[in-house]
Amino acid sequence: MNGIPSPATEALRPGRGVGPLLGVRGLTMRFPIRRGLFGRVRGHVHAVEDVDLDVFAGETLGLVGESGCGKTTTGRCILRLLEPTGGTVEFDGRTVWGHREVRDAGEDGRTRTVFTGLDRAGMRELRRQMQIIFQDPQSSLNPRMTVEAMVGEGLVVHRLAATRAERRAKVANLIERVGLPQESLDRYPHEFSGGQRQRIGIARALAVGPRFIVCDEPVSALDVSVQAQIVNLLLSLQEELGISYLFISHDLLLVEHVAHRVAVMYLGQIVELADSGLLYENPAHPYTRALFSAIPEIDGGAGRTRVLVPGEPPSPVNPPPGCRFHPRCPRAFGRCSEEAPPLFDLGGGHLARCFLVENEAAEAPVPGGAARGP
Amino acid sequence: MPEDTARRETLLEVAGLSIHFRIDQSRARAVDDLGVEIARGEVLGLVGESGCGKSMTALAVMRLLPRNAEVTGSIRLGGVDLARISDDEMRAVRGARIAMVFQEPHSALNPVFTVGSQLVEAVAAHEKVSMRQARSRAVEAMREVNIPDPESRIDDYPHQLSGGMKQRVMIAMALLCRPDLLIADEPTTAVDVTVQAGILDLISRLRAGRGLAVLLISHDLGVVAGIADRVAIMYAGRLAEQAPVRELFAHALHPYTQGLLRARPTKSHAMTGGRAAPLRVIPGRVPNALAQPSGCRFHPRCPAALERCAAEVPPLRTLRDGHLVACHVAEGDAPPDWAWRGAGAAAGEKATR
Repeated sequence: MNGIPSPATEALRPGRGVGPLLGVRGLTMRFPIRRGLFGRVRGHVHAVEDVDLDVFAGETLGLVGESGCGKTTTGRCILRLLEPTGGTVEFDGRTVWGHREVRDAGEDGRTRTVFTGLDRAGMRELRRQMQIIFQDPQSSLNPRMTVEAMVGEGLVVHRLAATRAERRAKVANLIERVGLPQESLDRYPHEFSGGQRQRIGIARALAVGPRFIVCDEPVSALDVSVQAQIVNLLLSLQEELGISYLFISHDLLLVEHVAHRVAVMYLGQIVELADSGLLYENPAHPYTRALFSAIPEIDGGAGRTRVLVPGEPPSPVNPPPGCRFHPRCPRAFGRCSEEAPPLFDLGGGHLARCFLVENEAAEAPVPGGAARGP
Repeated sequence: MPEDTARRETLLEVAGLSIHFRIDQSRARAVDDLGVEIARGEVLGLVGESGCGKSMTALAVMRLLPRNAEVTGSIRLGGVDLARISDDEMRAVRGARIAMVFQEPHSALNPVFTVGSQLVEAVAAHEKVSMRQARSRAVEAMREVNIPDPESRIDDYPHQLSGGMKQRVMIAMALLCRPDLLIADEPTTAVDVTVQAGILDLISRLRAGRGLAVLLISHDLGVVAGIADRVAIMYAGRLAEQAPVRELFAHALHPYTQGLLRARPTKSHAMTGGRAAPLRVIPGRVPNALAQPSGCRFHPRCPAALERCAAEVPPLRTLRDGHLVACHVAEGDAPPDWAWRGAGAAAGEKATR
């Protein structure tokens, strides 16, 4: 798998000068915890901390991690389904979410923060480009709407179909493309199995012709034999339409299979990011290693050394000081509990947030995160 | 001991088990003529997709099925038919001789009592012990399942424990009365992989240390591969295949088992030319319990199906040493890949209904 060009490495090759489709910088999301009669803020859930990500055209970026690590929140912040507390999100050169400091013209010259993201009309236009597929096809479909109404809703909202007949024809095409029979058009969600409902969800996302889709655990609610069908559908759509995916999952083997590059999250931070083949052959971060060795494998894991990490991820309300993984890390040393490691660049787009790789790092760490885009 | 068949002592014997549900005018067949055995100290993995009847089988063993279930066949624990004993006698069996751990530890623990009081209650229900003795037994059980600082954690409420800890408490509770058989129904499905690895390790250790027999129910072949001695694969209420664990994964003979093994991505599914190869799929989907296909229930999805498969129910045949298969087509010496040759991804892409 090594040496296979992912769209990202192709695009990043010197001289190409192609920027990412989606650029996320310093994304931070803290949910306030309110308690008591007056709802005073008593703390924050540090769900996402300073996340940098790029997704290139036609690329699948995998985002893996255990429950509560912030992967879903990251996906939702990118789509502005949640409003992040910090950072910028850029899509195709436009700022979706961001702030800028400006100095007032007056004599005192005070600075204030101005929102530079898209307004309502801009967001509406952008939603055509960025779509989402949810984990649970049961709760993400409206039980009172027919498939035609649900899949066609985006066409109505974005005025993509002039007449009812045109809308129906377009929906019929989509339905066929995702592998559902034509008679599905007038049916309701409860008449379908889990896998079929997920196909409806995919058709709905495709209806407006997006260039980027957040796939949030798209197959984890499905049976194994059906999972493969949905994964294959997503792969063939990407090949045909050149859609980029942010593929969020806790299933490492699945992510390895579908993603060109993979980012591993732990407690709100990206701890490692690399080309999929490289990450699986040569994981650098102790957490990534532990995750891989915990995958139950059918061959019984012959020849593998199991790294069992003790305990469970701590609460994101009070993340541990220093490296967030140090209380569970089998290789932690003094410095890990005092100083927060930055992401070190190991070359070839491989980044790892661990002091153990500091000596191997090709260059000085970039403050705050990943290699900056062009 | 599982390898050593001469010294096997059968603990649980399920024979001809069928479970039907009456729904309006029709009868749903959840389990059909199922037979499995578990020896003392053995781990049997029961694998299948949702609705295949694996949990129903477990509930039937515990006699916890809803009232509208019609159960036939026999379930013997150490020679005693559990269907014939009284409710009081069954209550003594549950917990003391067979214990069960469920998928969702959050909903299995009572949120308004401390875990300690729930553990103590479990001891007191079966044995005449003082409160102090019961409490020290509870602390001991919590220590055995690797809960750190059990003396103080025992007074925690369930919400103060993490998901993995709650599942450990459930296992501790199940083991309090030293049962012979532990039924674990998807014990790690609700927890993360790193936590799952710890819990599976714990189950293996308890089995080795206490000679506990385990019926491990899972949809995940990987989980079962790690700790089971034998594996039984169920499809649509029937046993499709059963074999010792290594035998099964090396020589899966039933087309369904082969399909399951191939549907999961493995490291060998490498990306070529920057794109992922399609996964191999099993076309179609699991049939509805109210409308099971005739003959072999897998035949509408099976790439190797013959005409006969739609007409006759395939009997369980022993094709290799200790390897049972319910398939008309399977041969004992067949290369494990035969049924899926040429059955590429495209077939499954289209066939959805």
